[in-house]
Amino acid sequence: MLELYGQKFSSRLLLGTALYPSPAIMADAVEAARNEIVTVSLRREAAGGRTGGKFWSLIQSLGVRVLPNTAGCHSVKEAVTTAQMAREVFATNWIKLEVIGNHDTLQPDVFGLVEAAGILSGDGFEVFPYTTDDLVVAERLLEAGCKLLMPWCAPIGSARGPQNVDALRSLRGHFPDVPLIVDAGIGRPSHAAAVMELGYDAVLLNTAVAKAGDPIAMAGAFAKAIEAGREAFLAGPLEPRDMAVPSTPVIGMAAFS
Amino acid sequence: MKALVKGAGVAGLTLAFELASHGADVTVIEKRHRLAGSASWAAGGMLAPWCERESAEEAVVTLGRLALDWWDSILPGQVVRTGTLVAAPARDTGELDRFARRTAGFATIGEEAVAALEPDLAGRFRRGLFFAEEAHLDPRRALVSLKDRLVGMGVRFEFGYGAVRVPETIDIEADCTGIAAGVPDLRGVRGEMLLLHAPEVSLARPVRLLHPRFPVYVVPRADHLFMVGATMIESNASEPVTARSMMELLGAAYALHPAFGEAEIVEAGVGVRPAFADNLPRVSREGNRISINGLYRHGFLLAPAMARQAADMIFSTQRELAHAPHH
Repeated sequence: MLELYGQKFSSRLLLGTALYPSPAIMADAVEAARNEIVTVSLRREAAGGRTGGKFWSLIQSLGVRVLPNTAGCHSVKEAVTTAQMAREVFATNWIKLEVIGNHDTLQPDVFGLVEAAGILSGDGFEVFPYTTDDLVVAERLLEAGCKLLMPWCAPIGSARGPQNVDALRSLRGHFPDVPLIVDAGIGRPSHAAAVMELGYDAVLLNTAVAKAGDPIAMAGAFAKAIEAGREAFLAGPLEPRDMAVPSTPVIGMAAFS
Repeated sequence: MKALVKGAGVAGLTLAFELASHGADVTVIEKRHRLAGSASWAAGGMLAPWCERESAEEAVVTLGRLALDWWDSILPGQVVRTGTLVAAPARDTGELDRFARRTAGFATIGEEAVAALEPDLAGRFRRGLFFAEEAHLDPRRALVSLKDRLVGMGVRFEFGYGAVRVPETIDIEADCTGIAAGVPDLRGVRGEMLLLHAPEVSLARPVRLLHPRFPVYVVPRADHLFMVGATMIESNASEPVTARSMMELLGAAYALHPAFGEAEIVEAGVGVRPAFADNLPRVSREGNRISINGLYRHGFLLAPAMARQAADMIFSTQRELAHAPHH
């Protein structure tokens, strides 16, 4: 079971709710993936959640845990205010914390992120920080009160898959007991399987499903890949070798020539 | 047959037309004091079923393609059949491939063909998709003309109409009030648009500029006016355009052609699109009340088909009643 801030989940896929052709397709995708946690952006939609109420109630009717996010926030203050607003709207202490540092690459402002994580953790939030794969930043985030980490594997929406496998591996190695969720950059189910095989605890994605030709089928495909990757990790995958190793013994074989 | 149509947006006016042309005695009532201000008033006016397929169900194509001839026959001369050009900035050409995979009815064209279609865009895009069958109209001109045409057909209009007073004897009441109808599973999708006056830019057709974050379209209207739209925000708020949205819309227009940087902002408008969970419209009926709603971002595209469905529903029941044995 996946355990995040004391809550247990069977599904290891966290799905974003933006960019789908329609809310109905989004709902079907969530169901197809047997998804238990969805992320929702509060940044652009509806101050105070009042005006976007229909969309929220639709999401809440899915019967899944909602992880509000601070997507699109570019400053600590903005992110903290958005988090507080999200807590009111969704009645949850969970917050996916995004502090964007570069408009073009959407990469996290890790300095602002650590600061905001400290403020929010102190304020009783359970913070899911969207961060880079930097080890030192990860340590600072844990010091700031985060109990889990969400490193990217490539820029948001880029669909490029794991760009720095060694850094992801290193994070896993340094924090064996901290839940690690790859957030951002996943494009295909094979990418998700690859990071799960590294021992990551879960995967968070949105665009790869929402903008797929058939989002519902793709959600199902991701669910399977994530499960396969997890099982493979638990089963202990072989390490690559530089030379061939035959699967049948050669010594003692009769030689016919 | 006496019919009351509530709402003078594109759904109400197209239905009024279908009913009146079948001989009904139609009154249209509208809460606002004028046509301006509805979601339809903020529309782009693109009749682009094939492009819309990128993010919509096949029904939008099958129902939407009827709209081109419908508008052309009702408002001759207003439908501009010059197609749609879809382009992407050099670094986002992946978006073009994705768009192409999800749509049909286009030709992939190169730099020279782009320049031949839109000389002002020469040298700006190496590749584009050209949807030759598509068309557009000026939605405001179309609404005003349609209303005039309806008045000529004997349809009565009452603007600034309070909710309470309902005319004496009516056979059918049609709710076409969009988001104001307050249907339980209807939600608002806020759209913000700009109207720019750019004397230095000429475009013959709507251009959709693909971008992973801020896809926009620019629809040319008369006298170098351009409608730039539109945001899609899950919200019922009809408050003024936000600075962020305006920056996004202007940024995209500027990316399409730098001369938009010198444009005058004539208007910054907001409309709230009524949508059901599947983003598809519905005609529903209960007794002598009928409603058309959920046109989402497809008002001008799908209203004719919905109006016909509603009219068929009404008149087929009328015929059944007329032929039913009297007791």
